Amino acid sequence: MAPDTASRTLVSPAQLRRGRGRVVYWTLLTVVVVGFTLVFLGPLYWMVTGALKSGQEIAQTPPTLFPKDPQPQNYVDAWHNLDLAKLLFNTFYYAAGALVFQLVLDTAAAYALSKLRPVFGNLILGLMLATLMIPAMVLVVPQYVTVIDLPILHVNLLDSPFAIWLPAVANAFNIFLLKRFFDSIPEELMAAALVDGATPLRTLWSIILPMSRPILGVVSIFAVTAVWKDFLWPKLVMPSPETRTVSVGIYAFSGGTPMNVVIAASVIAAIPTVLIFLIFQRNIMSGLTTGSLKG
Amino acid sequence: MAITTAPGITRTPGRPASPYPSGPRRPGLGRRVRDNLTGHAFLIGAVACFAFFSWYPMIRGVVMSFQRTRRGVTTWVGWDNYERILADPSFWAAWKNTFSFTFLALLLGYAVPFFVAIVLNEFRHAKGYLRILVYLPVMLPPASALFLFKFYAYDPSDAGLFNSILTALHLPTSQWMQSAEMTMPAMVIASTWMNMGGAVLIYLAALQNIPGELYEAAELDGAGIWRRIRHVTIPQTRLILALLAMLQIVATMQFFVEPLILANGTGTEDSATSVAYLIYQHGFFQNDLNGAAALGVIMLVVLAGFSAAYLRLSARQD
Repeated sequence: MAPDTASRTLVSPAQLRRGRGRVVYWTLLTVVVVGFTLVFLGPLYWMVTGALKSGQEIAQTPPTLFPKDPQPQNYVDAWHNLDLAKLLFNTFYYAAGALVFQLVLDTAAAYALSKLRPVFGNLILGLMLATLMIPAMVLVVPQYVTVIDLPILHVNLLDSPFAIWLPAVANAFNIFLLKRFFDSIPEELMAAALVDGATPLRTLWSIILPMSRPILGVVSIFAVTAVWKDFLWPKLVMPSPETRTVSVGIYAFSGGTPMNVVIAASVIAAIPTVLIFLIFQRNIMSGLTTGSLKG
Repeated sequence: MAITTAPGITRTPGRPASPYPSGPRRPGLGRRVRDNLTGHAFLIGAVACFAFFSWYPMIRGVVMSFQRTRRGVTTWVGWDNYERILADPSFWAAWKNTFSFTFLALLLGYAVPFFVAIVLNEFRHAKGYLRILVYLPVMLPPASALFLFKFYAYDPSDAGLFNSILTALHLPTSQWMQSAEMTMPAMVIASTWMNMGGAVLIYLAALQNIPGELYEAAELDGAGIWRRIRHVTIPQTRLILALLAMLQIVATMQFFVEPLILANGTGTEDSATSVAYLIYQHGFFQNDLNGAAALGVIMLVVLAGFSAAYLRLSARQD
């Protein structure tokens, strides 16, 4: 926001520009910028450089700010010993699949609920939103039992990516976001498409989806980071070392692996989500604010 | 796909509150479903996922909590699982920890982000940078962030990050996760650092919606900064403050990764055990899925009680 167009807040702009106000403003700004950098970036710096230190240097008092004798070997060890390539690939595969399933099924459902309005549509939406009230921890055990032996079909989904992909679709929050966005698309467009003889699928594909890029972007980012950050569910349903996600893998190895190697692995595991954030931060910020609260 | 007609679209040009207002010529159910097969076809995938992975497990959890499976035979055991769970020596410790974690996390994770958002909202410079900074930890996988805290910040030797800071300030150092008293505050600090970004951004959005004239008027009436916060900022953001309080209670009461990674689950003398951790332990270590389900139901009841109390309170205020 440009300084001049900013609207009036708690303290008036005039007061901030005048003598004492100006001094206070700049002092406070400096304190906050320095403080926040230390509090939020500092630990990350400590993490990245700490993983470069030798075991000896880590145990040294007082701690060193820069690694005296950087050991990139820690990162190499983490990569090889924990088989991070495999773990990262697994996590990426689960996240990508969850994204595809959510985009296809949740978008279709939101479109039906918003525009096609089937019988019991509101009831179904209500039942979906009700799941937001149920704490995830309460569902963990019965969900796990269900995944081991899926009712009716009687398949065991343990170690299968579907155990992550399909439950990810049952995401009431994303359906709600999408439905609200579709609701804002005028009915006239739908009517016009109908006059032109477009099927509902065609209307969704050629009219609704192109207009919905911003919200689809937000939902995609949430879908990917949710899978990447999840810990307990993949730990339960992906028990084999070959199918683990990166967080679970690091946890599994943390007992018998040198500390700085575990930290190096944690840094590597964090890189993809941090990159996503830095690239898409504008979309994430707008998604957080438009989605939940401007009611 | 063989969908060629679009009956659903023609039906609702004016979008009534309910798709089928109860008029005199309401067609039969079968007819209405047939008329809108397309709509149902679009819904079916998501509904199936909800049915299998949310709705059915919900009911199943309650049923399981009254059953016991031994050697593949499931029998109805009434309240047995609940009695066993209540007799677990860790049960009350877990609830005590969960409540104190929730309380501390609310104190820190509620007031601090609100204050931070108020300050950030005043700045005309470095706004983007500061927002990115606060939200950055939210993007880290919790396991990564917690290993950072476990190994570096809470290192009980003098070389640890926090202990070095304390030493530099001439304050006594702490054993952190190795001391039963510090376990809880340490978990709350880590959790707040990891999660506060989301709340800050939501508050910022709410603050930006406050009309500037209100502050102007308050200022003309001679209200200082604190009174402007009390009489303008807080009332104007009340709804969002209340909503986030509720969401945070539900989220923090389920804390699990913190004890698991920072304190190896239980901590010293059960100082870290949470109800969520106890569910995990019963279900997946002690092979007592039914007990874990019963504990899940207890947790659901407690949280539903919170929600009900909250709804009553907020209804009274309006």
